[in-house]
Amino acid sequence: MTSLITTLDPRSRAASRGWSDTTIRNVFVIPTVAFLIIFNVFPLLYSLGFSFTDFRASSKAQVNLVGFKNYVDVLADPVIWRTFTTTLWYVIVSVTGQFVVGFGLALLLNRPLPYKGLLTTLLMLPMMLSPVVVGLFWKLIYDPSWGILNHALGLGRVAWLSDANLALYAVAITDIWMWSPFVMLLSLAGLSAVPKHLYEAASIDRAGKLYTFFRITLPLVAPILLIAVIFRTMEAFKTFDIAFVMTGQPAAELISSRLYKMAFQQWQTGPSSALAYIILIMVLCITNIYVKYLNKAKER
Amino acid sequence: MAEIELRHVNKHFGPLQVIRDVSLTVKDREFVVFLGPSGCGKTTTLRAIAGLEDIDSGDILIDGKPVQTLRAAERDVAFVFQNYALYPHLTVYENMAFPLRAVRMNRAEIDTTVKSVAGSLGINHLLKRRPSALSGGDMQRVAIGRSLVRRPKGILLDEPIGSLDAKLRETMRVELKRLHVENGSTSIYVTHDQVEAMALADRIVVMHEGILQQLGSPADVYEYPANMFVAQFVGSPVMNMKTADMRETAGKVQVSLDGTDVAFDFPSELAGKLSAGKAQKDQLMLGVRPEGVLISRDAQDGYVELVAGIIEPLGSHDIIDLKVGDGILRARTKSAYVSAPGQKVWARIDPAQAHFFDATSGISLGVRF
Repeated sequence: MTSLITTLDPRSRAASRGWSDTTIRNVFVIPTVAFLIIFNVFPLLYSLGFSFTDFRASSKAQVNLVGFKNYVDVLADPVIWRTFTTTLWYVIVSVTGQFVVGFGLALLLNRPLPYKGLLTTLLMLPMMLSPVVVGLFWKLIYDPSWGILNHALGLGRVAWLSDANLALYAVAITDIWMWSPFVMLLSLAGLSAVPKHLYEAASIDRAGKLYTFFRITLPLVAPILLIAVIFRTMEAFKTFDIAFVMTGQPAAELISSRLYKMAFQQWQTGPSSALAYIILIMVLCITNIYVKYLNKAKER
Repeated sequence: MAEIELRHVNKHFGPLQVIRDVSLTVKDREFVVFLGPSGCGKTTTLRAIAGLEDIDSGDILIDGKPVQTLRAAERDVAFVFQNYALYPHLTVYENMAFPLRAVRMNRAEIDTTVKSVAGSLGINHLLKRRPSALSGGDMQRVAIGRSLVRRPKGILLDEPIGSLDAKLRETMRVELKRLHVENGSTSIYVTHDQVEAMALADRIVVMHEGILQQLGSPADVYEYPANMFVAQFVGSPVMNMKTADMRETAGKVQVSLDGTDVAFDFPSELAGKLSAGKAQKDQLMLGVRPEGVLISRDAQDGYVELVAGIIEPLGSHDIIDLKVGDGILRARTKSAYVSAPGQKVWARIDPAQAHFFDATSGISLGVRF
C-alpha cells in the first residue's frame, strides 16, 4: 500500500528522491529568477533610461537628458521608415510562406503514412539548426557563380543576395525553410486533436471533402494555428542573424539590422535604445491583435 | 423512408469476429432496437449500416439496393452518436443546418426546415447557443434534430440517451417514441438497456458475441426467449436459472431444482412436451422470472415450503430471495407481503411462466403451457 501511494502522489515521489519544495526552489527557481533579473529585466530598464539621453557607449562625454528627442528623431528618419516597411513586407511574406508550407505538410502527415515518425523528425531538422549556420549554408546555396540553386534551376547567374529586388525574398525563403516545421508541428497537434467522430458526423451529414475541411477542420484548428502565427510573427519581426549573415543589400535591410548598426557601429546608444522600444511596442501591438482573435476563436 | 436489410454480414477486427453471419430485415417505418451487452457487435453493425465501418462479407441493402460499397454520404441515412458529435464551433442552428448546407439547399428552405424541426423538439429558444452551453438532454435533442432535418431514408441511433441521467433518460425515451410516431422514419436504435428496448421497439434484435440471438416483438422476446442468454439478458430482475431434474411418481410430474429435494409440481404433459423438444434428461435447465414464482403465506396444495432470505423492497413490489439448497430462487410479491427474512413461506412455479432450456446449447426447448 505504501509503495502504491508513493508512486501515485508526485509530491511524495519527489520527496523520496530527496527533492523537497525548498530544495527545488533554491536549486532551480532562485538561480533562474536571478539570471532573468540580471540579464533581462535590468538591461530592459537600463536601456529605457538610455533612450531618454544622448549617451554614447563609445565616448566619455557628459550624458544629458534629452526627453523624447531620440524618439522624435528616430520616427522622423526616412531610413528607419524604409527599414520598417521592408521588415513588415518581410514578415508578411515569411509568415505566410511558413503557414502555407507548414500547414500543408501537417495535412499530408495527418494521415496513415509509412515511416511517419521518421519523416516528421527529418522534416523538423531545419528548425533545430543554428540560424547563423542556416544563413551561411543558404548563402552557399544562393551563390551566383557556383551555388546549387541556380545550377539546379538552370537560371544562369542570378545574384540572389545582392540583387535589390531579390535579396529580401531570398532571406524570406531561408526563413520559411527553417521555420515551416514549427508551424507544421503545431498544426499537426491541432489536426490530431480534432475528434474523429466529428468527421464521421460530417460524412453522415453528406459533407464533401472540401466542405468538411473549411467548415470543420479549419475552424477547429484555428486557435492553435493562430498561436503558431503569433510566435512566428514575433520572431520574424525580430529577424536578425539570418539576414545579417546572408546579405548586406540595403534594400533588404531589416529593422533589427538597422538597430544593430545604430547601436554598435555608430554607437548612437540613446537613439538606438529609443528605436528598440518602438519595435517592442509595435510587436506588442501586433501580438495583441492576434491574441484578441485567439480569444474569440477559443470562446467557441 | 425505407426498408433496411442485412444478408449474411460478417466483420472482423483483426482476429476477432465482431459480426457473425447476421441477417435481418427492418421494415419500412419500423422501430428496431439492437439489444445486447457491450462488445456484442450491435454498434459495429449499426456503423456498418451507416457506412462508417466496412464489412468483410455479406450485403447491406437499403430499399433493395446494395449499399455496402457506397460512402456514408451516399447512403442517405442519418446517425445519432452516443456522444452527440455536435460541431462545437457552430451554433445549434448551424449544427442543424449543416446537413442541408452541405448539399447547398437554399437559405429560405433551410431556415423553414430547421425552425420547424426545432419547434417539434422544443429547442427553438436554443438556436443561437453553442453546444457547450447546452445540457446533456438538449445536446441530444439537437443531435436528433440534425438527423431529422434532412428527412433521411433511415435514422440510426447509437445509444443516444446512454449518457443522460436516469430521470432524463425516461423523458427522452418518451420523446423519441413520440418523434418516431410523428415522423414514421425507419429507425434502428442500439442500446444495452433492456427497459429502453422494451419501451421503444416494434421489434428487438438481441445480439451476443456478434451473433443474432433472437429477433421478435418485445413481448415475444420477454415471454418466449429463444435461449438462455436472451432469457437472462432481458427482464429485471434477472430470470432464475436452475438445473432441473424431472421426476414422475404416481402420475405426478415434479421438477426439482439444483439437485436438491425442493421439487415443484408441473402438469403431467411436461414429460411429453420435453421429449417432443428432444430434451436430454440430464441436460435440463429451468428458467422462471421472479413473477413466475408464486408465493403464499399459508400452506397450500401444490406449494413447497421454503425460507425467505433477503428482501428488497422496491415500492410497488418486493423481490424476495428464497433459499433452495445453497442457491436462491427470487420471487416477486406484493409490497411487505413477507415481513422479515427467515420467515417461512410456501411457493409454487407457474408452469405458464416456466422456460426449459438445453443446458449445453442453451437453446429453448419450446415447452409452453
